[in-house]
Amino acid sequence: MIMGTIFASFWLGKLNLKALPPNYIQMGGAVMILSILLGLLLFITVTKKWKWLYREWLTTQDPKKIGVMYILVALGMLLRGGADVALLRTQQSISVGHNMGILSASHFQQIVSAHGTIMIFFVAMGLMFGIINLIVPLQIGARDVAFPFLNATSFWLFFAGMILVNASLVLGDFAATGWLAYPPLSELRYSPTVGVDYWIWSLEIAGVGSLMAGINFIVTILKMRVKGMSFMKMPMFVWSVLGSMFLVAFAFPILTVCLTLLALDRDLGTHFFTAGGGGNMMMYVNLIWAWGHPEVYILVLPSFGIFSEIVATFSRKRLFGYTSMVWAIAAIVLLSFTVWLHHFFTMGAGSNVNGFFGIMTMIIAIPTGVKIFNWLFTMYRGKIKMDSPMLWFIGFVVIFTIGGMAGVLMAVPPIDFQLHNSLFLIAHFHMMIVGGVLFGDFAGISYWFPKIFGFKLNERLGRLVFWLWFIGFLVAFIPLYILGFMGATRRLDHYSAGLGWQALFIVAAIGTVLIGLGVGVQILQIVISVRDRKKLRDTTGDPWDGRSLEWSTPSPVPVYSFARLPHVTERDAFWVAKRHKIKDKSSYEDIVLPKNTPLSMVIGISAFATGFGIVWHIWWLAVVGLLSVVVTIIVRSMDEDTEYTIPASEVKKMDRQLRAEGGLR
Amino acid sequence: MNVSNNKHEHLDVLVSSHQPEPSTLKNYIIGFTSSVILTMFAYLAVTHQFAGKWVMIIILAILAMTQFIIQLIYFLHINQEFAPRLKLIVLLSMLTVVVILVGGSIWIMNNLNGRMMDTKAMEQYMNSQNSL
Ligand SMILES: [Cu+2]
Repeated sequence: MIMGTIFASFWLGKLNLKALPPNYIQMGGAVMILSILLGLLLFITVTKKWKWLYREWLTTQDPKKIGVMYILVALGMLLRGGADVALLRTQQSISVGHNMGILSASHFQQIVSAHGTIMIFFVAMGLMFGIINLIVPLQIGARDVAFPFLNATSFWLFFAGMILVNASLVLGDFAATGWLAYPPLSELRYSPTVGVDYWIWSLEIAGVGSLMAGINFIVTILKMRVKGMSFMKMPMFVWSVLGSMFLVAFAFPILTVCLTLLALDRDLGTHFFTAGGGGNMMMYVNLIWAWGHPEVYILVLPSFGIFSEIVATFSRKRLFGYTSMVWAIAAIVLLSFTVWLHHFFTMGAGSNVNGFFGIMTMIIAIPTGVKIFNWLFTMYRGKIKMDSPMLWFIGFVVIFTIGGMAGVLMAVPPIDFQLHNSLFLIAHFHMMIVGGVLFGDFAGISYWFPKIFGFKLNERLGRLVFWLWFIGFLVAFIPLYILGFMGATRRLDHYSAGLGWQALFIVAAIGTVLIGLGVGVQILQIVISVRDRKKLRDTTGDPWDGRSLEWSTPSPVPVYSFARLPHVTERDAFWVAKRHKIKDKSSYEDIVLPKNTPLSMVIGISAFATGFGIVWHIWWLAVVGLLSVVVTIIVRSMDEDTEYTIPASEVKKMDRQLRAEGGLR
Repeated sequence: MNVSNNKHEHLDVLVSSHQPEPSTLKNYIIGFTSSVILTMFAYLAVTHQFAGKWVMIIILAILAMTQFIIQLIYFLHINQEFAPRLKLIVLLSMLTVVVILVGGSIWIMNNLNGRMMDTKAMEQYMNSQNSL
């Protein structure tokens, strides 16, 4: 008997039958995620797509395909995070007075934490890295990123983290600590289950992936621009990505260290963040926000870049105030490291400290304001086309400005003391992250969709999607400002009837339903557009009369991206070439591209095994996973044969054919 | 002529240099062992507590800084000559961020500690509460 227990605890760690979901609602979640997984596997098997999937996608090193995979995963996670919201909003609309609603308090907290974690790390980050992968190399006239294998590995680490978060639906529980898991609540003493460990290790793995991707794109932008593209001739999206990736490189190590210290506290009995033994839990809060505030700008800068591209293209004018835009980005990058304390004004630091960080927070609003005015001046007297990317921009300006002003309000420490952890704050940062980041990513997807897939998205449904999201969003979040003023706090699973909050919570829930409809129409839009792809086909490669280099390639972009490397002499190189009818005279050349390899995926799977092993204290699995990562890296380093060549004659043939099919210049 | 996409040209700039090649196995081993030794020193210094609090802090800070510089030279090849202006910008921005974060954290946490009961007084208080 005892032998059996020791045996089981060696092979399975803390894992046992009790890890299965304890009630029907959680069981439902587990069944849903498992049936989606099984359904996918079955579908691939029945349609005999495994070989194709493996050859074309799972082993690819092509940033254009990796970008698509990032976006697909992120959209899947948007549905997961959205399902979480449905549960949360239902609970908050009915759990009043004697009615305890449908969720237990602990389950509610788990869902809140999962919602935040998934939306930030696996939706916003995924969409951002997806679009960066797709567009940055094309805009700088490069055929690839600086380190293709590292890039694929970043994706697979992101994927491993995503699987680990979702595994918590089936085995064990998730952190019930909020999306940043402050100690002492997240310490072993108060959160003894595996929930916080799932949180730590999924972010640790995905975070390392993000860090590597950040470094990769810094090098790509600094070193791989096409001849003639000096810094001040780069498209604004590239500038914004450069700023964002610098922030990734400087901020993500803080997150990694912070999570590691918390893991040491939980697994090895150290006391970095416990009150006893000389630890200090406020040090955790300090560190996590030293990463957390830059993270906001990591997400939003690329969206600013996307809007800069879209506004210039759809106003048919060059971007107003290019230089001031660049300096605004630089200022934001630096300033975003000087404001982190505004997330914990209420910690109890002195007025000097709070005052300093309050003022810095107000200052950082200035470069952001500069950008808004630059976009508006770009539109001024432009021939504006109101296609759906432009609609997203207008929606962004409205929501981001309201949310931004709420942010400046909370930068005043005494006001923050009133609003800290209230729904006012929740409304504020959702306006930043949804209105700023997500709207930007959606705008970018509808803008660049024809470039990637070769056909446009259905425009009528696209408009409907925007209006549902925009109106739904306002209906869902304006009530939260009011509720915040009335004293409603975040993560509230129950409140008494006398407070009079229920009506506003129900209004917010109606807004959520509208957004849900928006997501439904989004899926419909993709289905309909795929059905009508012949009609929506983009034969020119330049459906919007674009300005930057990506529009000079055929749609969808061939594997080698540029048959001949473009010449850049000015900003908006493609626009200039079109206007002055400059023909490309450079000759075709042999093109070297990275070969496919499954090793990136192997590293991802091994990282998942390591994470899962540590979460459940299955130490042999953790060790095997880690060893497997090391061995894979060594094997890859020994491999000399990682590239293949497309001969110049072949490139010429393919290019001629593509250009003959479409009316491409 | 095989221009073989601009990737190679550019990346060659990254790894090769006109200076003596620093990314040799020997240099990596030097960097690694000296890092290990410095870490061991720090560990032993803490476990054996052979000096007063402030001396210890200074010793640990010096050990950490030395290791930081060693890693910059042996792992990040900071002494290699490529695009010196770019490298200077990156290095300076890194130092700025480190100064802001470390300095800021020390300022914030000290300020907070100054506004709290000191450890002795707190322990006395907690003991008095326990005995009640
Ligand atoms: Cu912030």
